Amino acid sequence: MLEARDLACLRGERAVFAGLSFRLAPGDALLLVGANGAGKSTLLRLLAGLLRPAAGTVLWEGADALADRAAHAARLRYLSHQDALKPALTARENLAFFARLWGGEAAAALAALDLLPLADLPARVLSAGQKRRLALARLALAPLRQPAPLWLLDEPTVGLDAASVGRLGDLLARHRTGGGMVLAATHLPLPLPDARELRL
Amino acid sequence: MSGASLSPWLALLSRELRLALRHPADTLAAVMFFILVAALFPFGVGPAPETLARLAPGALLAAALLAALLPLDRLFGADAEDGTLDQLLLSGLAPAAVALAKAAAHWLTTGLPLLLATPVAAAMLNLPVEAWPAAMGALGLAAGVLSLLGTAGAALTLGARRGGVLLPLLVLPLAIPCVIFGAAGIEAAAAGLAARPYLLLLAALLAAALSLAPLAAGAALRTE
Repeated sequence: MLEARDLACLRGERAVFAGLSFRLAPGDALLLVGANGAGKSTLLRLLAGLLRPAAGTVLWEGADALADRAAHAARLRYLSHQDALKPALTARENLAFFARLWGGEAAAALAALDLLPLADLPARVLSAGQKRRLALARLALAPLRQPAPLWLLDEPTVGLDAASVGRLGDLLARHRTGGGMVLAATHLPLPLPDARELRL
Repeated sequence: MSGASLSPWLALLSRELRLALRHPADTLAAVMFFILVAALFPFGVGPAPETLARLAPGALLAAALLAALLPLDRLFGADAEDGTLDQLLLSGLAPAAVALAKAAAHWLTTGLPLLLATPVAAAMLNLPVEAWPAAMGALGLAAGVLSLLGTAGAALTLGARRGGVLLPLLVLPLAIPCVIFGAAGIEAAAAGLAARPYLLLLAALLAAALSLAPLAAGAALRTE
């Protein structure tokens, strides 16, 4: 259970948002919607523990989540706006690094996003949509050692074709039936049935 | 570092090394810079062998430290731009461990090649052959200190405008003790005296930097 209470965030001198509260139970999905600059990405970074809230608390199972940021990091996957890929490494090598960190099978994760035919190409030559798929493949690394129940996704479908959006839908559905939670910031329709909306 | 976090740490180090191998230009640029600066001295000072040999210890150290600075401003910059740094901070590794891996990779891909190129630069500066092992030892240790200080500097200047200019201004003053002890050690070896005490002092500086610099860098990455 993730709960945010009265979160506020400052960027420079300006309040991005304030008094934000919501809760997320296992299996839940929450869509963050709002205009550009409304603070969707900021909220995701804050929930990931990469930013400090100016006010308010983030609770995990009732305890302060950001008190032990390493433990909090271990229970989440964060898909940022950037794909976090190294252009000089192949698709497989990019993913294998995260597989070594978290456990899980790089080959299976590549297959889940239909990336096996591109596995040995350097990430440099992939198209924008293919890079996005490779970033999403990190979510498909399903490690037994360190499962991550909380997925924080920033515009996950930017640049994706319809088939890939479908594959992401399968991934999200499997995550949610396994008790996972999804928080996604988006301007595009996402394959997340009965997701609640949070307007920023 | 506990055993559980050693494997991710090694994964990060091996990825950094693999990236450096795919982009050998950074390493080559540092080594060529080092050799070219050493080659400029005979032109500027004049080719009198004894004058050159007199200048060699200090020139070697200064040239090597400047060369080792070259790749530092991209140490965290590229990772911060492409989103990798966020993932590293969420990887379960402590920020200080991430910084230590970066520093180790910097030493292996810049410090070690500089150490190997030392005989070439030493020959151009007419350093007596007896002093070459001491020169290599001093350069290796001094480059290690610079890798650690530089990592802290790179983490601090990350995101700052003109960080590339700020970084040498922060790091080089802190590296002065390395130049003093390193050059003194090489000079001692050239005069037929023991270089060991000076190298041990350099090793002590390295030990101090090893324990402090990653913590400072980690704290700087955290508040980014």
